[in-house]
Amino acid sequence: MSLQIENLRVYYRTLAGDVQALDGVTFDIADGEIMGLAGESGCGKSTLGNSLIALTGRMKYVEGKVALDSKDLPIWDFEEMNRYRFKDLSIIPQYAMSAMNPTRKIGRMTGELLESRGVSHKEVLPELRRRLELVGLSEDVLNLYPIELSGGMKQRAVMVISTLLDPSLLIADEITSALDVSTQKAVAEMLVEFRERGYVKSMIVITHDISILYQVADTILVMYAGKLAEKASAETIINSPRHPYTRLLISSLPEVGVTYTGKRLEGIAGTPPALLNPPTGCRFRDRCPFAFEKCLEEPPFIEVDPGHYTACWKEI
Amino acid sequence: MTKSAKSAATAAAPKTDGALPDNSSEAPIAESLDTRPDARKSAKSIDNAARMGAFREMLYFALRNRKLIIGLSVVGFFLLLAIVGPYFAQHPPLEYSNTLNHPPTTVNGYYLGTTSDGFDVYSQLVNGLRLAFIVGLIGGGVASLIGMIVGFTAGYKAGLTDELLNMLTNVVLCIPVFALLLVIASFMQIKGVIPESLLIGFVNWPWAARALRAQTFSLTSREFVSLARLSGEKTWKIIFKEIAPNMSSYLFLMFILLFGGAILIAATLDFIGLGPAGTISLGQMMQKANQNSALLMGYWWWFIPPGLAITLIVGGAYFMNVGLDEVFNPRLREM
Amino acid sequence: MSGYGTDGQGNGEGGLLKLDHVSKVFSTGTFGGKQMTAVRDVSFEVKPGEVMSVIGESGSGKSTIGRMILRLSPITKGQITFNGKDISSIRGRALKRYRHDVQGVFQDPFSSYNPIFKADRVFAMIKSEFFPGMSGPEWRNKIGLALEAVTLDPPQVLNKYPHQLSGGQLQRLLIARALLLDIQFLVADEIISMLDASTRIDVLNLLADLKGRGLGIMFITHDLSLGNYISEKTVILRRGLIVEMGATGKVFGNPTHPYTKMLLASVPQLHRKWEEIAEELKVSETVLIDREAAAKKAYETVSEILAPDADDSVLVEAEPDHLVRFSPEEARTIEPAAVAGKAE
Repeated sequence: MSLQIENLRVYYRTLAGDVQALDGVTFDIADGEIMGLAGESGCGKSTLGNSLIALTGRMKYVEGKVALDSKDLPIWDFEEMNRYRFKDLSIIPQYAMSAMNPTRKIGRMTGELLESRGVSHKEVLPELRRRLELVGLSEDVLNLYPIELSGGMKQRAVMVISTLLDPSLLIADEITSALDVSTQKAVAEMLVEFRERGYVKSMIVITHDISILYQVADTILVMYAGKLAEKASAETIINSPRHPYTRLLISSLPEVGVTYTGKRLEGIAGTPPALLNPPTGCRFRDRCPFAFEKCLEEPPFIEVDPGHYTACWKEI
Repeated sequence: MTKSAKSAATAAAPKTDGALPDNSSEAPIAESLDTRPDARKSAKSIDNAARMGAFREMLYFALRNRKLIIGLSVVGFFLLLAIVGPYFAQHPPLEYSNTLNHPPTTVNGYYLGTTSDGFDVYSQLVNGLRLAFIVGLIGGGVASLIGMIVGFTAGYKAGLTDELLNMLTNVVLCIPVFALLLVIASFMQIKGVIPESLLIGFVNWPWAARALRAQTFSLTSREFVSLARLSGEKTWKIIFKEIAPNMSSYLFLMFILLFGGAILIAATLDFIGLGPAGTISLGQMMQKANQNSALLMGYWWWFIPPGLAITLIVGGAYFMNVGLDEVFNPRLREM
Repeated sequence: MSGYGTDGQGNGEGGLLKLDHVSKVFSTGTFGGKQMTAVRDVSFEVKPGEVMSVIGESGSGKSTIGRMILRLSPITKGQITFNGKDISSIRGRALKRYRHDVQGVFQDPFSSYNPIFKADRVFAMIKSEFFPGMSGPEWRNKIGLALEAVTLDPPQVLNKYPHQLSGGQLQRLLIARALLLDIQFLVADEIISMLDASTRIDVLNLLADLKGRGLGIMFITHDLSLGNYISEKTVILRRGLIVEMGATGKVFGNPTHPYTKMLLASVPQLHRKWEEIAEELKVSETVLIDREAAAKKAYETVSEILAPDADDSVLVEAEPDHLVRFSPEEARTIEPAAVAGKAE
């Protein structure tokens, strides 16, 4: 098993109290699996992705176990995690394009990153060149400053640099959101290519765009209000979802070929609960058309079909 | 929250095709399920907090920021001294007396001693402080005003107006302030503190204009400005009602810096002898001390009080600024 | 609401909003040395009760067209007429009258509100500029009606700060603000791209409902599936040029220009994989490679692999209600029948 997460809880400290952004999630990712992590704003997907790499700012580790390739990751210890970052697990952060130091040439930045991990820049250079070429960048890019590259080029450069040391796990946080439709496809396909070539073993692809996940992910994990709602293969999530939230969500997405006059789509009434003092029981019950008394008690996230997990009393 | 679910459910009852049941006709399940009294209360308090949130949050951090408290205390102390001090002075600042070069004593009210002409140093100090604050407020105020007008206009209008105002700003920026003031002073006697402050204000605004222009640029690109234009609001109205209030913290910081800067410039001018005649300011105290070799003679009470006062006021103002920056900008705060 | 009393199918009287050979050139550099053409020779027409999607990637000029229509940006060349009147250079009272009829909603709901004021201040701004004499109760009634039209609950959204409301509520408030003016035309510039998936459809449905009341809407987006959902007409923009336009069904059902095909092939769909769609559209055959760019291996977007349209290319009617841009040679040889090859 590549990644195992058990009862992970990460909260945010605020003046008004702790925001329970990630509230007890448990799941596994197999070797070579590309798992899409989907959900709307505030569901905790970014918190999940970022907490695996670095707990920064106001994030607070509460409890939970994270194991990568059978090794326990001490995510609560920023210094300790340095041994694993970039080598065993890596991240392409949101807004990666603006995350590069504007006063460093790309090549120098990469060199510094490698040196800080004890890897010789010269040794890796040929491989770096090969990978840049794979994504359509010439090696001249190493001699340029970030400002000289366009958005898409920066995104691709960051993808190459983040995976240079062949990490076991790559977390891609909303890497297609700010891109044009045609570049999105190229970047998404590049992710799969990286997996095919063995540059990365497993991936967590965080996005709010489920249709991209359908195209490139093996499985999809849907989150809602800090908890897991459903996990299954991409086909299953799109075509036969079982959690009410997933079902409502999928049926609210417009598609080429669907018109308003043909079939009027509906959204989900209401808003997600505030996570400062979240409601007990199932967090979706306020908006769920199926809610009944048992929903006051929190449903467990369990396997209802082979490889298909969901947290809903109605489905158990 | 629960009420919203109810009204939303009845307002937009999902038309189904049989796949999902339509619960809109039943009593709202959500409301009956959430029996916790805290839920509604916490929601309200968060609501209140959010509303007063920005201001209260700022106050909370302001009261805890050491730099701000220290800076404010220092400046406040001298301000108090400037306002109240002269009432405790027993002699006018430029009154000759027979007690010459006397070190600080409680006798006769010469708390900080006397100069070679018998002037009361304490009296000079507190009156000089008053002048310093006046220079700071007027000089800083005028510079802020010009900087705002030029900066806002250039930033909002862009295009040719911006280019022209930029040229003006650059020209004034490059003028050597002291050379200019030297020239002006040699042609006309600076008759008092007020003209001196105004002069300082007229030459000290360029960098403020530059900074405000940049801020205005970034705010103008925000869509609420486009919306204001779409609503038919006139330019000046947009600048003062939409843009300036968003920069209030920035404007405040800017004023403090210009305040400190004006005091420094005035002190320097006075020190080299270009100050107004007929008064005695902190800079002029230092000038006299220098002229009469106070350092060599060991008459420390001639220059240490004014020097310390200037340093502490201006330093305190800058300190306040750094602290305020942390208060206004959440990203600079330590958690 | 505007009383054109149409059947919502866009069959009202003549053009509501018409663009004639509109171009926009930006001067950059000190004192306007360099020039950049953002929009080139764009012409189209929107009828009342009709939604027109303007689809393009970044740099296509779609937002610039929206801003020109809203008179937030001056027009370099060409003419924009509204209800037959040229509005390209009106000012003062005429411009204000125009604002009464045409309004816009933008992409970022949180940027559209001044963060230090309450959200409903946008209503107060409208009152002070357009209805200064109206009495309090009458105005409150008007607001109530507008909020009802956008399905918002007044106590939930009034008297609140922007950060206390959700993106969907903020966007709907902006639409309500436009409705206060009894507008006839709305420019919606990427209004749902920053909203969550479950609220997007509500705002889209709202637009569709409004068009049913006679409102003309220009729906600017980069997302083809959204355009497909609510619009009657579609315009595909590339680098300031219209490359394909016409009835939505025809443009999506029978994409002819290579750029349109490439766009459609790149959209991630929910039930068909990319390979299937590319196969169907036969994209690989018709993509024209810009050999120089490919050789440099420095292409920015996949769409740059496509050779740009020549300066002398023209829009030709490939079939009724479906125009496509071709080079002059191809245009001469094109016969409408040959292009409408897809079965319905």
